[in-house]
Amino acid sequence: MHAFDQTLEAPQGAPLPQRMSQGIPETLLKRQHLYDLAFRGVTRIFAFLVLALLLGILISLLIGSWPAIKAYGPGFLVSHEWNPVTERFGALVPIFGTLVTSFIALLIGIPVSFGIAVFLTELSPPWLRRPIGTAIELLAAIPSIIYGMWGLFVFAPIFADHVQPWMIDYLGPLWLIGPLFKGAPQGIGMLTAGIILAIMVVPFIASVMRDVFEVVPAMLKESAYAVGATTWEVVWNVVLPYTKIGVVGGVLLGLGRALGETMAVTFVIGNAQRLGTSLFAPGNSIASALANEFTEAVGGLYTSALIELGLILFLITFVVLALSKILLLQLAKREGTRT
Amino acid sequence: MENTALAPPPANKIRVSRLNFFYGSYQALTDVDLNIAEKNITAFIGPSGCGKSTLLRTFNRMYDLYPGHRATGEIMLNDNNILDPRQDVIALRAKVGMVFQKPTPFPMSIYENIAFGVKLYERLSSGEMDERVEWALRKAALWDEVKDKLRQSGLSLSGGQQQRLCIARAVAVKPEVLLLDEPTSALDPISTAKIEELLNELKPDYTIAIVTHNMQQAARVSDYTAYMYLGKLIEFDITDKIFINPGRKETEDYITGRFG
Repeated sequence: MHAFDQTLEAPQGAPLPQRMSQGIPETLLKRQHLYDLAFRGVTRIFAFLVLALLLGILISLLIGSWPAIKAYGPGFLVSHEWNPVTERFGALVPIFGTLVTSFIALLIGIPVSFGIAVFLTELSPPWLRRPIGTAIELLAAIPSIIYGMWGLFVFAPIFADHVQPWMIDYLGPLWLIGPLFKGAPQGIGMLTAGIILAIMVVPFIASVMRDVFEVVPAMLKESAYAVGATTWEVVWNVVLPYTKIGVVGGVLLGLGRALGETMAVTFVIGNAQRLGTSLFAPGNSIASALANEFTEAVGGLYTSALIELGLILFLITFVVLALSKILLLQLAKREGTRT
Repeated sequence: MENTALAPPPANKIRVSRLNFFYGSYQALTDVDLNIAEKNITAFIGPSGCGKSTLLRTFNRMYDLYPGHRATGEIMLNDNNILDPRQDVIALRAKVGMVFQKPTPFPMSIYENIAFGVKLYERLSSGEMDERVEWALRKAALWDEVKDKLRQSGLSLSGGQQQRLCIARAVAVKPEVLLLDEPTSALDPISTAKIEELLNELKPDYTIAIVTHNMQQAARVSDYTAYMYLGKLIEFDITDKIFINPGRKETEDYITGRFG
């Protein structure tokens, strides 16, 4: 009733411009101006905080690893020795393990995520979309230690008993990729770590892909269907190029997780300082080496070597990010120049 | 709805009978019967929501993409009922091209935009493909404007050029029927005039159905006009007759602007 009266009192249109130009007291205007300035200042500080943090972390990593950098030089990157007793350290094994497990994770994770996203956006009946979408988001929310435990206690034994013998028999003799599938079926190892990582990155990549596929204009997709394209042709030739920036972003998000994942990998990778061609062999990754050894690290050089590992991981992520930007530029070139 | 005035009657490319269309439980088309004449332009006019776009989208079964959309009745294209569940919709869409309200160039080069649809069905040598691309772009009166920048992105063209690119893309697969769903609604008057001129040039080779909000456009470009209202076909006749001497009061009200 009251509200009704008020709306009647204010004739439409007329008082509004007046209020905007003169009605507001000077002090209020000044105060608003101050608030606005403060708001701008605060957002700017937050934005620069990111840069400061990044720089701070980089600098402290550099300082921390300086003794190791001085002691081993660039040889640190290519040496596979890791001996705390003689204090001879090399990062090749963890670097190799990190890159290989992440590569396996993407090799499995990208196609699976792509399939999930295409199904959810193009093919799924509407009632199925929500449950599957929610399941994917829940998968992303599971703590990594649970993936690690599950990988060690459930997945690895099954893998060792049923899958690895088959792989040894049928993939082992193959030309070129054969050596990757040789050795004892122990369950844990590089391949297992890669597979667990794949399961962990799928929810990230799939949900980003689904989100970007969803914003493709229906009319654009219909245009492709209208010349007689199948769903696959539409997705591959139109949806994917249209969303490539988002898709690459999603893959990077997954890769970031795979490169830095610690707990789950530590459980299943085997933590052996060994270098070999077989994916069944236990290995080590940068993150799990750090997690395993930081508490034991005595002596400045040992700690410093571990910090240098961290620095290398940081740089790997940076290089990956840079490479993806270059990739996007190449793709844009292929699509044709824009005037 | 009797087409008594049609003389001489051209061959009918599409024959629609007792067509009903549903979005879920909502009925968008009710008992539509009409024939679309071969190598003529048929325009569909009517207020928003009258079902004219819906009708157009049954001709290439575009509605199939969406669950819950369904059509009953019969649409004969070359004596072949395209509403038959056994109809191969992919092959159908290669025969019935479509152009949309807004230009929708694919995210690829101008050349690839044209070649995309052709590659789906034909294995052409690169020389033949070059010829086909040029042919389609000439058909769409775009060749002279783009011949030096075929490798540029289709998105670099102006709105009107993009829409002609879309027409070229539809023409390139050599369809029999061309559907245009308000093709000029996002374009300026000059681009619109170019598209209309283009439709006239395409008429001898293609059967064209166009949905338009612009009654002058229907009067300018079409041979036949269908007036639709609330999902029903109210009147369908030779364009001149519809605009000069409509048979129904509702049609007259709409085209004279007393309603709409």
